[in-house]
Amino acid sequence: MSAIERYEVPRDVETAAEILRGGAVTILAGGTDLMPQSKAGRVSFGKVLMNIRRIPELMGVAEADGMIRIGALTSIADLLELDTVGRRLPVLWQAADQFASGQIRNMGTIGGNICNASPAGDTLVPLLVLNAEVELASKAGGRLVTRRVPLRDFLLGPGRTARRPEELLTAVAVPVPPDGFRARFAKLGTRPALDISTVSVAVGAVVRGGAAEDVRVAFGAVAPRPIRGPRTEATLDGRPLAKAVIDAAAEVAHDEVTPIDDVRATAWYRRQMIHNLTKEVLSHVAAA
Amino acid sequence: MSLLREIRFTLNGVARQVSVPVTMTALAMLRDVLHLTGTKYGCGEGECGACTILVDGRSVNSCVMFAVDCDGRQVTTIEGIAADAQWQPLRESLVEHGGVQCGFCTPGMVVQASHVLSRDPHADRQAIKRGLEGNLCRCTGYKKIVDAVVAVADAGGKVAP
Ligand SMILES: Cc1cc2nc3c(=O)[nH]c(=O)nc-3n(C[C@H](O)[C@H](O)[C@H](O)COP(=O)(O)OP(=O)(O)OC[C@H]3O[C@@H](n4cnc5c(N)ncnc54)[C@H](O)[C@@H]3O)c2cc1C
Ligand code: FES
Ligand code: FES
Repeated sequence: MSAIERYEVPRDVETAAEILRGGAVTILAGGTDLMPQSKAGRVSFGKVLMNIRRIPELMGVAEADGMIRIGALTSIADLLELDTVGRRLPVLWQAADQFASGQIRNMGTIGGNICNASPAGDTLVPLLVLNAEVELASKAGGRLVTRRVPLRDFLLGPGRTARRPEELLTAVAVPVPPDGFRARFAKLGTRPALDISTVSVAVGAVVRGGAAEDVRVAFGAVAPRPIRGPRTEATLDGRPLAKAVIDAAAEVAHDEVTPIDDVRATAWYRRQMIHNLTKEVLSHVAAA
Repeated sequence: MSLLREIRFTLNGVARQVSVPVTMTALAMLRDVLHLTGTKYGCGEGECGACTILVDGRSVNSCVMFAVDCDGRQVTTIEGIAADAQWQPLRESLVEHGGVQCGFCTPGMVVQASHVLSRDPHADRQAIKRGLEGNLCRCTGYKKIVDAVVAVADAGGKVAP
């Protein structure tokens, strides 16, 4: 049963924001979360279904003022094909490469992945390590206004974000990583394709003269939302990425995460795997 | 009663116009409204690839796509691929290699394989295996299907028309 009264296909952000101001709008991008979730009865539609896939402003990647801005409609497949992502944000590329299947990558968008706010959302973990900010547009006092929110403040819990109902996520912006920044993502599932991450880890750092600086660690599927690991980061900051340091950091990571038991894995197993993956990813960053 | 929307799109090269409920899947539109039943309903959740179609040249799972989003697009189904001489070698190769048993996964496999080969006519075995990751087969054990697609790729992906 659907209570949808109107179907809208805006051609620009301004019109989309105007429609959102009217309230009770369900936004449709690739539909790869919305369709299964609505069929399963886990989400119900608002009065208006708004398809944002015909808005050119939400497409494409651009670099300006030290930020790389990725349009909300950029598909996971696009991320793999965009030279900017492959060269400048390889950690995001790695997550896209391990995402679902070819078909889902062709449909699913980065904006949808962010707004769906799954604890296991695969682009979210590298985006946290890249200090990403989301760009939100809305209509206020007859004008289009935008605000930027750090991703770590935007994600609140499973399926919950700081997006106000009248806001459209227009892009995700990532500061150009500093010189010498190396980062890596790894996820664990029961099979390579089409598996929701049991756990995932991304680590980034500037390795200079042997020591790691600006260390950033993020974990997926071990908390109600993808999280940064400040305690793990602190054990690494300013230290050489030697085996003893990596082992110590993996121990801290093991204790820092707060996973749950569910159908995919037990909390105990998740902690062990966070330990192992953190070690693996750090060793790769050290060797890069 | 669900809200209806009239959409126009190109289906296997032919302009179509159809009225669909706004929450209908592209798969339900193809099978139940347009009676093109080559595209299969397997899982209905994006997991098995039996429902794979091409939209603007990109392969997608029609079971998680909203039918209304086909508006203005070029849609190709297995019926379109079947009528296209370019893919004759792929079909023959699947038969020769024994890549078809019950046949339920076959339409989705063929559409996805055509997509992989269109993007890279010389795709290697690894690329082909990765390209077919989203297509499940309960019968063949995959090897014969992959062999069949590899044989076409070794031959350059296509024959001259
Ligand atoms: C078989 C299968 C496998 C999957 N595998 C993975 C995986 O490996 N890793 C992973 O992370 N995810 C996976 N997913 C989940 C899903 O594909 C991704 O989250 C995808 O990125 C969602 O994008 P979409 O464009 O399809 O979103 P949609 O379904 O269109 O939207 C998702 C949600 O975000 C909202 N929304 C979308 N865009 C915007 C916007 N611009 N502004 C405001 N709100 C918006 C929608 O209203 C909806 O609530 C999988 C899904 C399926 C069906
Ligand atoms: S029926 Fe669509 S992927 Fe299984
Ligand atoms: S041949 Fe039976 S599912 Fe593949």
